[in-house]
Amino acid sequence: MEYFLQQLINGVTLGSIYGLIAIGYTMVYGIIGMINFAHGDVFMVASFVGLIAFLLLTAIGITFVPLALCIVLILAMAITALYGWTVERIAYRPLRGSFRLAPLISAIGMSIVLQNYIQVVQDARVKAIPPVFTSGFTFMDHSDFVVRVSTVQIIIVVTTVALMAVFALIVSRTSLGRAQRACEQDLRMAALLGVNTDRTISLTFLMGAALAAVAGVMYLVYYGVIDFYIGFVAGIKAFTAAVLGGIGSLPGAMLGGMAIGLIETFWSAYFSVEYKDVAAFSILAIVLIFMPSGLLGRPEVEKV
Amino acid sequence: MAATDTELDRAPAPEPVRPAASRSGPDVGKALKSAVLGGLVAAGLFVPVMGLRTVQTNFGLTLRDDWPSVAWAVGIVFVGRFLLSLLVWQRPDRRGLAELMPAQAKPLLARAATLLGPALVVLALTMPWFPNTGRVQLDLGILILTYVMLGWGLNIVVGLAGLLDLGYVAFYAVGAYTYALSAHYLGFTFWLALPLSGALAAMWGLMLGFPVLRLRGDYLAIVTLAFGEIVRIVLLNWYWFTGGPNGIGGIPRPSFFGLPFKRGEGGFADFFGLHYSPDQRLIFLYYLILALAFLTNFVTLRLRRLPIGRAWEALREDEIACRSLGINTTNTKLTAFALGAMFGGFAGSFFATRQGFISPESFSFIESALILAIVVLGGMGSQLGVAIAATVLIGGFEYFREFAEYRMLVFGAAMVLIMIWRPRGLISSRTPSVFLKQRKLISGEHVGEGHG
Repeated sequence: MEYFLQQLINGVTLGSIYGLIAIGYTMVYGIIGMINFAHGDVFMVASFVGLIAFLLLTAIGITFVPLALCIVLILAMAITALYGWTVERIAYRPLRGSFRLAPLISAIGMSIVLQNYIQVVQDARVKAIPPVFTSGFTFMDHSDFVVRVSTVQIIIVVTTVALMAVFALIVSRTSLGRAQRACEQDLRMAALLGVNTDRTISLTFLMGAALAAVAGVMYLVYYGVIDFYIGFVAGIKAFTAAVLGGIGSLPGAMLGGMAIGLIETFWSAYFSVEYKDVAAFSILAIVLIFMPSGLLGRPEVEKV
Repeated sequence: MAATDTELDRAPAPEPVRPAASRSGPDVGKALKSAVLGGLVAAGLFVPVMGLRTVQTNFGLTLRDDWPSVAWAVGIVFVGRFLLSLLVWQRPDRRGLAELMPAQAKPLLARAATLLGPALVVLALTMPWFPNTGRVQLDLGILILTYVMLGWGLNIVVGLAGLLDLGYVAFYAVGAYTYALSAHYLGFTFWLALPLSGALAAMWGLMLGFPVLRLRGDYLAIVTLAFGEIVRIVLLNWYWFTGGPNGIGGIPRPSFFGLPFKRGEGGFADFFGLHYSPDQRLIFLYYLILALAFLTNFVTLRLRRLPIGRAWEALREDEIACRSLGINTTNTKLTAFALGAMFGGFAGSFFATRQGFISPESFSFIESALILAIVVLGGMGSQLGVAIAATVLIGGFEYFREFAEYRMLVFGAAMVLIMIWRPRGLISSRTPSVFLKQRKLISGEHVGEGHG
């Protein structure tokens, strides 16, 4: 029971990170119907920006952790958003309206570029930082297996929930959100009705990258180890999460992220660590075979 | 989601808004403004990540600044954008290269283009006998031909049937491991294992194809990607059988109808009364992969004229219409997966015998992406385009081997740029397999891309 509870806590934390990345995939897919393959690498760039920001703050003497974390988050979100915007501007906008595979290939190209750019400028070695938070809470002390919730885990889950609330508000209440939903339904019609679709799409990439930035910093703080390759696996898992939840749906992305995080954690805890990715991918395949539009997605209507 | 497959949406994207340059000359002020903006964005991108590098020291990670690189990078962006803006984007009449040529050059060029395929075949056949061909060139040729074959194999699935497969490398891996394991445990030779590799890979193609029959579009892409990763992870962790990350070494080399390529008695050189040279095996391997690649091409071209090939292309154009006409889409999809996978398996078994050592590292997602990139960059469904794209990408990639760090960077950037330059691939015309009176090339714009 205690073991189960501990794994549940770990799974929810991991799921939050996946969920944050998955939102970027799902928003972009919802609006322009393409897999932004470079999104996982944007997440990786974000964790590097976070790392650099932490080191910079340490160097100039800001060591009060909550303040430092806030500054790092803001810096990472700003710079990563700029990366997200640039990726869209360079690789996707010229291909808008082109045939379906062209943006996919240029996205794969962009992902290779980002990975190798980081490898060239920050070298290929694994970067490790000492744990930022060491505190935490333990409960069920009386039993032989102590369940522990660390401060980082609480911060990750709380931040994720807060950001989800903010983004849900943006999408449902603001004029930007209205424009986004209009673009999602019909890009051409939205443009005809005076929605600046290019701007809306750019802002969507900005938002997705900012969320990936939060995920990147959280990943850095939680695991303390990053390298230039983390974006690939995390990106694939997050995309899996987005598809699992029903691509195009924000709550679906979060739900899918949680599902993938929990599956992965429980599989590692009870079966084998080596095959945790196989478990996640197999469940994706099974869900898609029986519910082809994901958990919360709308079924796609075939038009003749 | 916006409906992306109506005829209207296939229309070319509206020209991005460009500064309306006066006829008198380019607007320097506007170009300068755009360059400054570009420079500012570049500064924002490069200052934190490139300017501050993390370095491991005895006291943990520290930062080392590198402002000259940032200045260079920002300067390149600034100047590049300024020149592009001044010379290309503002030109009132932006004509393509084709329109700049004199009118009489066009038919000549068209005739030259029809000769390109045969010329490449002759070049490929005679390549080992060129005076300056050494081991390096032969190795490169073998590598390129392997990718040409993989590209042609994947072309059946993506280009003809229109099913987006991001896990093609799994079949390559199945083929390679089939030969390696059967040689290791059962003592199979290459020629015995080759058909087995193809058959097993085709079976795996069916196994992948069956569950994904109902999936379309990007759902199909992600499940095939997941399948590729699953195969790799299993190979990585099935330690006692596949050797895990250590891979399998000592895979036997192929023989020439039972004659091994070795020094001394009973070898190939001895039998034919030649002087032994290690190049003989390389030349043999070169012709082996050339033959395998031609086999793939030949089968594909022939299949296009058979009912099954026509069914593939019909499936790509419109699945619903296809079903209404009584084509069994299940069988059509499965045969496409199985045949594409079979050629992947052949290529994999060749890869194993050439390398003599394989490990799961060679079958990562990036390989799948590379093969798909070759197919799409070459022009989906165009056999010649795939060959050219493979030569350009792999050849260029190997040519710049000295710049190990930067070549992947350039490689990725090239993928982006080629797609922006020619979204329909390098060869953007298709040869119809049915025609009235005269065979005319049709533009790739009119060819569907499939829903799967």
